[in-house]
Amino acid sequence: MAKKPVQFHLNGEEKAAFVDDGQNLLELLRRGVGDLTPKYGCGQGTCGACTVMIDGKPHLSCITLAETVGGRKVETVGGLGHAGGLHPLQEAFMRNFAAQCGYCTPGMLMAAKALLDRNPRPTREEVVEAISGNICRCTGYEAIINSVLEAAGGQGAMAGRG
Amino acid sequence: MPIEFRKEFFADERDDNLNEIGKPTQRQDMIGHVTGRSPFYDDHLFDGLLHIRCVRSPHHHARIRSIDVSQAERMPGVKRVILGKDVPHNLNTLLSLLDFGLDDEPLIAEKKVSYKGEPVAAIVADSERAARDAVAKVRVDWEVLPHVLDVEEAIKPNAPVVNETYPKNLFIYHNKYDHQKLRYGDVEAAFREADHIVEGRYQMSPIEQAPTETCGAIAAPENNNRFVCYTSTQALFFSLGTAAKLLELPSNRMHFIGGTVGGGFGGKVDSLHEPLAILGVILTGRPCKYMFDRAEEMQVGAPRGAERWYIKDGVMNDGRIIARQFTGYFDSGAYTRLSSYAIIKGVGHLPGPYTIPNVHANVYCVFTNRTPATAMRGFGITGVDFSIEAHMDKVAETVGMDPIELRILNSYRDGDMKAHRRLAKNTALVECCQVAAEKAKWRISDEARRQTSLMGGGGERAKLPAHTVTDELGRVEGFSSGSYAAKTSSQPNLAPAAASVSRPVQSQYQPEQYRPSSPASTETPRTPNPAPAPLAAPVPQPASQDNGARRPMRFSSISGLRRR
Repeated sequence: MAKKPVQFHLNGEEKAAFVDDGQNLLELLRRGVGDLTPKYGCGQGTCGACTVMIDGKPHLSCITLAETVGGRKVETVGGLGHAGGLHPLQEAFMRNFAAQCGYCTPGMLMAAKALLDRNPRPTREEVVEAISGNICRCTGYEAIINSVLEAAGGQGAMAGRG
Repeated sequence: MPIEFRKEFFADERDDNLNEIGKPTQRQDMIGHVTGRSPFYDDHLFDGLLHIRCVRSPHHHARIRSIDVSQAERMPGVKRVILGKDVPHNLNTLLSLLDFGLDDEPLIAEKKVSYKGEPVAAIVADSERAARDAVAKVRVDWEVLPHVLDVEEAIKPNAPVVNETYPKNLFIYHNKYDHQKLRYGDVEAAFREADHIVEGRYQMSPIEQAPTETCGAIAAPENNNRFVCYTSTQALFFSLGTAAKLLELPSNRMHFIGGTVGGGFGGKVDSLHEPLAILGVILTGRPCKYMFDRAEEMQVGAPRGAERWYIKDGVMNDGRIIARQFTGYFDSGAYTRLSSYAIIKGVGHLPGPYTIPNVHANVYCVFTNRTPATAMRGFGITGVDFSIEAHMDKVAETVGMDPIELRILNSYRDGDMKAHRRLAKNTALVECCQVAAEKAKWRISDEARRQTSLMGGGGERAKLPAHTVTDELGRVEGFSSGSYAAKTSSQPNLAPAAASVSRPVQSQYQPEQYRPSSPASTETPRTPNPAPAPLAAPVPQPASQDNGARRPMRFSSISGLRRR
């Protein structure tokens, strides 16, 4: 089977790899270039655990063809925050205990970051909409919603508390 | 979310000078979770990793006439096809490590399958895609057998035999009984005195665990002739012991690494993946991953088992429940896993948090051609609690009483004797009912509001029934082995549990056999003895009758010791 070269940016660094026909982006990220932060949950684009950002928009990497990211900018939780420091979303998730098993968390964080990058002051409804493709089986969504609102620094954070 | 402390309850018994309780403490794994660096089993990379995928039964129940793997073996990327005969000790039951239950489940079926999705062969290949392609090329000659999917159908005389280890489709407890029983007082006599008889039938379906991370394991060769195994297991040493037994390997040759579980809920204790991943390494010499995909997780991953309960209550006009009879059926699916143990928990919990002087229960662990059930959040308790509480509402409706007040009237109080012959302590159902009513803005009478869990318990209510009706119902013949672990088997039994000594059946219930660490020993009343041995243990004195004047003693629920 012919392999194709793919060159792309991952969290600001240039990456290159050979991919198989039909290989998905999740495989490329995890096995191809060793970024294990996106997770496999369903392999069919329904759970959101594999969510990454491509050119600023959230995408489900398990149903994105690897070869389509050539020349594009891919962001994962692996690139969130700065050296030694956490992103405000990560800090808010920690403060609010917005993770239990932690498996959906990378996807949640990327869905939330994509929202805040284009809409820094979202309403509660906009947050709910933004993470509606991400399934959390353990914790429930309230702490996650509150964390996103809190990271956005809006008044919504307190108003959202039940 | 702020925690609400109801300090007015039991305030004089509580030390509020606490360092940790009531304050948030950061979890040690949280930083890993929010940075995506928590090491789940699939987050370990190995050069030359092979992928294992199983050929699964499309039938609920079928005999395997033959399996043709010749085409699959020639497929590109296929390194090995594993069949049941390649598993060194291909028969197991999960709780055999506790000497509880007979081996009844193969890792890979050889002669027949008993549920849809049961594995009959495993392909080890270079890539997941190659493994999938080869799975499609395995030809199985099936002889489809009649199946049974309903618990009460399964125990009829001519039902298909699901599980040859238990030919009546019922788990056999202690080689003696086909159910767990509870006998306390005389329900039949009480039914005759009752003003009302209230009967109900309650049914729960299996519940899928649906962890976001699917079950799986990666194994690899390690130095010193060992195998390392990264696993999603919730029960690391269970999985280690199970792998040791199935593979006939000493456990010190296996290095298990787990603890980071992407959602478990009970569904990650069954230890199906670790043995097969390690066997793949043994047969190929290369790292192997065996991981459910989502469809397998839903179809084959073990759910909470279905339960069916029949409840019959004898009730007086004033709402007092004087007798309660249960007949329960747990749907274990095709194999035992943990359902037999769940029933022991469940029966110990009957008749719920109520003081009822006459209780009778027969609870059956039934095999059907459904996916084997396993642990899930409070399993053994959750289903029957749903049934009991639904039934309480039915009782309230029958006698024309407020459902909350009915619960307060019948709730256990400190010092009451429970049907499992222990005194109730640290009870708080009355207070829970009062707070629930308050929160729901549900009006209850002043009389119900004045009640507390410290009032009215003990005294006559602390006494065992004068007479308990016993019977030999459900006694079985033909299970002659005294120990599950030392049973006769078509294959040599090298289970770690085999270290326990084989004993004749008659000695099963003698006091020196009593082992508190085994679930088997929590078995309910020994029928011929009105005051069984466990009662001899020091028990708290019942609460005094004069409420208010003297503070009744309460006890820490964990240690059973007085707090001060």
